[in-house]
Amino acid sequence: MSQLLIAIGTMIVGVGACLLYFWGTNKALDTIYPARGENAGANILRANSIRPWLFLGPAIVILTIYLVYPVFNSLLLSFKDPAGVEYEGLANYKQLLADAKFRESMRNNILWLVVVPAGATFFGLLAAALTDRIRWGNIAKSLIFMPMAISFIGASVIWKFVYDYKGEGSQQIGLLNAMTTSLGFEPQAWITLPFWNNFFLMVILIWIQTGFAMVILSAALRGISEETIEAAVLDGASPLQIFFKIKVPQIWGTIAVVWTTITILVLKVFDIVLAMTNGQWGSQVLANYMFDKMFRASDFGLAATSALVIMAMVIPIMVWNIMEARKDFK
Amino acid sequence: MSGMAGQRPALSWAVNLSVLALVLLWTIPTFGLLVSSFRDADQLSVSGWWTSLTTTDRNIVERAAAPTDDGAQTQVGEVWVIEGNIFGEDVGIVSRFGWRAQEPEAFAAGETAEMRDGQTMTVEADGSYRLESPEEWEGRRGQRIFVTSAEPPKFTTDNYNQVMFSEGLGKSFLNTLTVTIPATIIPILIAAYAAYALAWMQFPGRALLLAIVVGLLVVPLQMSLIPLLKLYNGVGIGKSYFGIWLAHTGFGLPLAVYLLRNYMVGLPREIMESAKVDGASDFDIFRKIILPLSFPALASFAIFQFLWVWNDLLVATVFLGNNEDQLVMTGRLRELLGSRGANWEILTASAFVTIVVPLIVFFSLQRYLVRGLLAGSVK
Repeated sequence: MSQLLIAIGTMIVGVGACLLYFWGTNKALDTIYPARGENAGANILRANSIRPWLFLGPAIVILTIYLVYPVFNSLLLSFKDPAGVEYEGLANYKQLLADAKFRESMRNNILWLVVVPAGATFFGLLAAALTDRIRWGNIAKSLIFMPMAISFIGASVIWKFVYDYKGEGSQQIGLLNAMTTSLGFEPQAWITLPFWNNFFLMVILIWIQTGFAMVILSAALRGISEETIEAAVLDGASPLQIFFKIKVPQIWGTIAVVWTTITILVLKVFDIVLAMTNGQWGSQVLANYMFDKMFRASDFGLAATSALVIMAMVIPIMVWNIMEARKDFK
Repeated sequence: MSGMAGQRPALSWAVNLSVLALVLLWTIPTFGLLVSSFRDADQLSVSGWWTSLTTTDRNIVERAAAPTDDGAQTQVGEVWVIEGNIFGEDVGIVSRFGWRAQEPEAFAAGETAEMRDGQTMTVEADGSYRLESPEEWEGRRGQRIFVTSAEPPKFTTDNYNQVMFSEGLGKSFLNTLTVTIPATIIPILIAAYAAYALAWMQFPGRALLLAIVVGLLVVPLQMSLIPLLKLYNGVGIGKSYFGIWLAHTGFGLPLAVYLLRNYMVGLPREIMESAKVDGASDFDIFRKIILPLSFPALASFAIFQFLWVWNDLLVATVFLGNNEDQLVMTGRLRELLGSRGANWEILTASAFVTIVVPLIVFFSLQRYLVRGLLAGSVK
């Protein structure tokens, strides 16, 4: 219990310190450059050019330490030995390319990058389109959205239970194998089937992310102007035609946003693979490969290099996001 | 509700059924977990959770009372008798029984089985057994009895007692709370000030800073782990709560600044201008006008950050230790998956404990979450 009190205490102290900082620096600025007296005009100008940086200060410092500096430091580490001391040139990159497990991770990551965003966006669009047409749509949405609140590791336990396998002859307690055997097929240890196990793991992430896609796409669908739809109805278009030819083309931008957001998530997710297979049976992915190199092999050089590979895959989306956002800023 | 006009009943049925199918697909796995976590461990391991309301067939091996125990056997006329009930205090209905491991289901309940040397065994449906022998029973161990019993459904909260108090999940629950509370609240104020500056103050480099924030939104955490671990060890805050609070603050900040800035920029300009005319400073405007008006956006971010920190495994594994005082629930669940991988009663109950708080937050504050998602991704 005492650590909880310390946590609450820290929170109060932390928030208090922030308040004190913002109040104190602003007070100091107003004292140094008072907005009255003979130099009032010049003082106001000066104070106004400094004040934004007081507001931004803490955020800039924290972002620099926690996100900007590490990017450059990782770059340096990727040229160093496992302990991160001696430079050894491109050795890490060569080792990475020679590692069969890394190539397997790359192949699997590409599969994940294709299947998960496609699956989640597809089901999300389907759920959005259908739930907007029925009376209990909001309840349905809530329930489909629910897995968003569940941790990846919790979701992994949920699905490991669904995929559970017991030897042939015993009663199956996993839902999937119970269905398989009741249809007359043999039970399978799903998550150990090479290649196909990847898809059983992807199902988990699709299950989690569909709700996100649904919420965003549903808002976009509701934003479509009634006029275009009414015109199509008058022209005798069927509901399917209206959906695919009128509605979907109008929300391409949103679909792209959903797709890229999920893509980024796919690159970062490691918990599911860690919990389900830990990369065995041909199911390794980059994020878990990196974790493995960092924790089990304690090879900081190689781990930093694999993190850079993930970063490199994110960069195109990052650039696209920035360009899209800049249109808004102007 | 667009497109409702002219909807045919058949189509309406198809839509309703499709949504029902989707909803079932999305809820059944979690529902199975919840049901299983309340089932008796023995039943859970031999029957699917969907059968939990029906009786379960279970194979039991019990020993009859040992012949050397006081009063275990009585002489009735010519024969020596041992009697008892294999269920003890449990309930069940015996369908088949046997006296040899090779034929555990050789006899129906109520029949009398012939054993060696004229000995006999009878097991009734209610579990009571009677062993008879022409000579006195010998040995320190009782005769084995194999039965197939149909047990009524059993539900229990024992699994939760066990995971909370014996498996250490209760302590981990506190650890998770310890991580989550400061890590959710501290970034908010820092982000709010920065967001205000980016939204409403004029200064050179503003566009560049905004672009950097948008860029940092997608930087993978994996990039930060090793450099920060080295930095932390250098400064001496490796594996401490202080370190993880700061780390979560840093990782949550880009989203916080971005969300809040987008929200603040949409607030009406007139309010701020009239306040300025009245002589209010930026500091006053922020404190008295912007902060209260931004409550929905602050709430959205707080929920995001809460869910993310509570559910996080990666940052906690890297920046916290593996000991009793620091292991968070996600980390504990991962350990249990390794050590108790076949004990589904432990895993299901533990998993449910870890997800119940986020689920409550999710269902009670869903409105803010949705609003935040929309502000964060649709432009």
